Amino acid sequence: MKVLMFGWEFPPHISGGLGTASYGLTRGLATIPDLDIIFVVPRAYGDEDQRKLRLIGAGDVSMDTRHLKFSEQLNNLSYIEVNSSLVPYHTPEEYETLINKAENSKKKLIHTTRGGKLVFSGGYGKNLFDEIANYALVAQQIADDNEHDLIHAHDWLTYPAGMAAKSVSGKPLVIHVHATDFDRSGGKVNPAVFEIEKMGMEAADRIIAVSNLTRNTIIEKYGIDEAKVTTVYNAVEPIPDQEKVAMKRGIEDKVVTFLGRVTLQKGPEYFVQAAEKVLRKMDNVRFVMAGSGELLERMITWTASVGIADRFHFTGFLKGEDVFRMFSISDVYVMPSVSEPFGISPLEAMQSNVPTIISNQSGVAEILKYAIKTDFWDVDAMADAIYGLLNYPSLSEMFRKYGKEEVDNMKWENSARKVYTLYRDSVLQ
Amino acid sequence: MRHICIYLQVHQPFRFRTYRFFDIGNDHYYYDDYSNESILRKVAEKCYLPANKLLLDLIEKHKGKFKVAFSISGTAIEQFKLYAPDVLDSFKALAATGQVEFLAETYAHSLSSMRDHEEFARQVSAHSELMKELFGQSPKVFRNTELVYSDEIGAEVYKMGFKTMLTEGAKHVLGWKSPNYLYCNAIEPRLKVLLKNFKLSDDIAFRFSNKGWKDYPLTAEKYAGWLKELPKEEETVNLFMDYETFGEHQWAETGIFRFLEAFPEKVLKSTDFIFSTPSEVAENLQVVSAVHVPNAISWADEERDLSAWLGNEMQKEAFHKLYDLGEKVLRSGDRELMIDYRNLQVSDHFYYMSTKFFSDGEVHSYFNPYKTPYDAFINYMNVLSDFKIRVDATVRDDKDGEISRLSKIIAEKDLSIRKYENEIERLKKQARQTRSQAPKKGPVKNTAGKTGAAASKTKGGKSGTKDPAERSAYTSTSKAGKKKEATKKTTTRNTTTRTTRGKTGPAKGSGTAGNSGKKTRGSGQKK
Repeated sequence: MKVLMFGWEFPPHISGGLGTASYGLTRGLATIPDLDIIFVVPRAYGDEDQRKLRLIGAGDVSMDTRHLKFSEQLNNLSYIEVNSSLVPYHTPEEYETLINKAENSKKKLIHTTRGGKLVFSGGYGKNLFDEIANYALVAQQIADDNEHDLIHAHDWLTYPAGMAAKSVSGKPLVIHVHATDFDRSGGKVNPAVFEIEKMGMEAADRIIAVSNLTRNTIIEKYGIDEAKVTTVYNAVEPIPDQEKVAMKRGIEDKVVTFLGRVTLQKGPEYFVQAAEKVLRKMDNVRFVMAGSGELLERMITWTASVGIADRFHFTGFLKGEDVFRMFSISDVYVMPSVSEPFGISPLEAMQSNVPTIISNQSGVAEILKYAIKTDFWDVDAMADAIYGLLNYPSLSEMFRKYGKEEVDNMKWENSARKVYTLYRDSVLQ
Repeated sequence: MRHICIYLQVHQPFRFRTYRFFDIGNDHYYYDDYSNESILRKVAEKCYLPANKLLLDLIEKHKGKFKVAFSISGTAIEQFKLYAPDVLDSFKALAATGQVEFLAETYAHSLSSMRDHEEFARQVSAHSELMKELFGQSPKVFRNTELVYSDEIGAEVYKMGFKTMLTEGAKHVLGWKSPNYLYCNAIEPRLKVLLKNFKLSDDIAFRFSNKGWKDYPLTAEKYAGWLKELPKEEETVNLFMDYETFGEHQWAETGIFRFLEAFPEKVLKSTDFIFSTPSEVAENLQVVSAVHVPNAISWADEERDLSAWLGNEMQKEAFHKLYDLGEKVLRSGDRELMIDYRNLQVSDHFYYMSTKFFSDGEVHSYFNPYKTPYDAFINYMNVLSDFKIRVDATVRDDKDGEISRLSKIIAEKDLSIRKYENEIERLKKQARQTRSQAPKKGPVKNTAGKTGAAASKTKGGKSGTKDPAERSAYTSTSKAGKKKEATKKTTTRNTTTRTTRGKTGPAKGSGTAGNSGKKTRGSGQKK
């Protein structure tokens, strides 16, 4: 079975859980002999691990513009344009004519490079919507060029691409919901994003949700038929040995870590509040907020104004080895997410023998036994749990030991088998 | 004859390298040697060397009629020693002319005057010694970091032995008054205060190359013209600025050196001004009034306050967390720690954390190696965390000493408690004996009871050393007893006695009363 998979990022060029999860899943799927995966990202850097799959960068695909058509769904998207500075127009007049022509004939103007390629940043910049639309455009070409039995699209950024591919090949579309805009925005959804999400979910033949929490959101908030939605939990990649760089621990103090984007969704302010409470009771502890995001500056000012900045550190965004270095010196890991569809990072922490506290408002709380669970807003309970794990060695030892065991049994192969079953069902349908 | 007093500030901080959380406890080297060296070399080539040469020429040319004052921070001197000995030599050459005064400041260009007075004094004297050693003159005039000044700081500076101090002629402090006179401190009138004429100073320091400025281009003639226009009764014009103005803030291409070259001649020829050092101004002029500065001012920004360094939460947190360590650092006696402690105090670090990017952001960002004030703060706090770990590790031995000292005291107390217990035991025995010897003495009973109560009270005081709560309970009743009539208090006293007895065991009997009662009586007589 050939699967055409659309993602937005791929290790090592990742900004969060989405890249990690889609990569992990494909690695799991690669163990199934029947499967053959083509993974598409907007921008390929060339240093990605391609042993188990074929990676295509949408920006490397030459567009055969003569055959290019807009699918019906795409007409609902905003107009399409690409960085015009890269485009070889001869004169401004000619450019003007082109624009007029495009407007008159209800055609859309697409800027390409000399080789007929589109330009992608592959990030989350200000032209995000344009990039999503362009990605969908290239997806048609890719679907045309590459034979496949099924299309799999990861998160809303790639739904239009999945839909576009489907419009070309007519193959079943599976969309994978790693998060919804309700999680990201804390309830205040962006209508444009919601629109794309809903469109994707409705167009899909099957939907994979990363937790029951997310499954419920899909059913309730997007009005999707529950029979179409299946929960498949994420797993975690075993840590390769070379990444187990045991860092020399420079500090005697205990270290409590928050690792994730510093945004509303991740609940960083509850971590700061809990830290404040713990620091009132003990002083041989340091708190680390690893990550960046729009709330970072506010968090920094806050720690300074309550006078704990000498015990509260900010590392900025960490990736690759640094994540494991961070875990290797952590005594407690906290994920106080306000709304977390799944949450892979606690699993990574537990793999690294770090006792973990997670919020009840996370998908991963549905499957983890050996993690302390509190409500994200209950900073007293959170502080309590932190204090307990730091001061009662028997407690932390238990979580360390059984937690490690627990996550070591969560394998992407298992998740992949469930996904494979789902693939077969949809192809047979 | 009126005075022009030029003072030029020379300062360079030791900038920190990117110091990550992972470095804390592992790597104790904080400095970005590359930037420190390259920036210093750059500024040396553009400013210090050519400007020093020009000043030397001018001084020689005008034969004693052209004078300037310098204040050079200790950290700048250290960097000259490391990266630009040629600059240091050129300053020495200037010092040798006898026309250049060197002012005192804090060694580390610190804001210690805002927090730690002892550290402030230490840094000032360290800096004065350095000036003496390098330039052969002990500074007599003080200028605080960023011209920070308040009535209290001024008074403190006088106590350190300085008779003159420089500060900003801030509008909100002076009101209608002119900075062009000699003032004195409001608390300590013997301290003379020279105020910066910020209009005329900033015309050179900030506006010189501004093409949008109505007086652009500024020439020495024009400037001398302005001086001439000043009211005749005004006695001094104090031009205070960063030395880096010449060639670094205002590049050579702007003509700043030509301006400086022509300046003394134009002034001396066309006006009645003469060049004087701060000491000479203070000596030759009469104080016209005291200047009241209850809240600290500085020479920075529109507000002329300390908000550029200690304005936001981050700056305050970093500043106070640093100075909280001061006493321990001193106690450590560790040379390396002291050096790092000084370098952590350099005011620039706090300046980098300033969030005042809207009004004066341009000046702030010019000198700032960090992308955002938050980055500056995080980096500083990481360095500070490592520093604190080192301080704690060094002073830990002292903690052990403290523990052994305390346990010694406890051992001594135990010993004396044992002694008292023995004493009590002995007295109890004695009491029992006395009771069996004299069982029937009816009429005496009453008085015996009274004195007995008083007696065991005294003893209660002794055994009470074990328990401070009980002792204080005793003292309070005893004080109350002293105030009131003894007879009225008997009941209360008996209560006290009873509680005391509960601890020390029964201590009745005239024998006890007789023994320790003496003391009570003695004190009774005093009353």
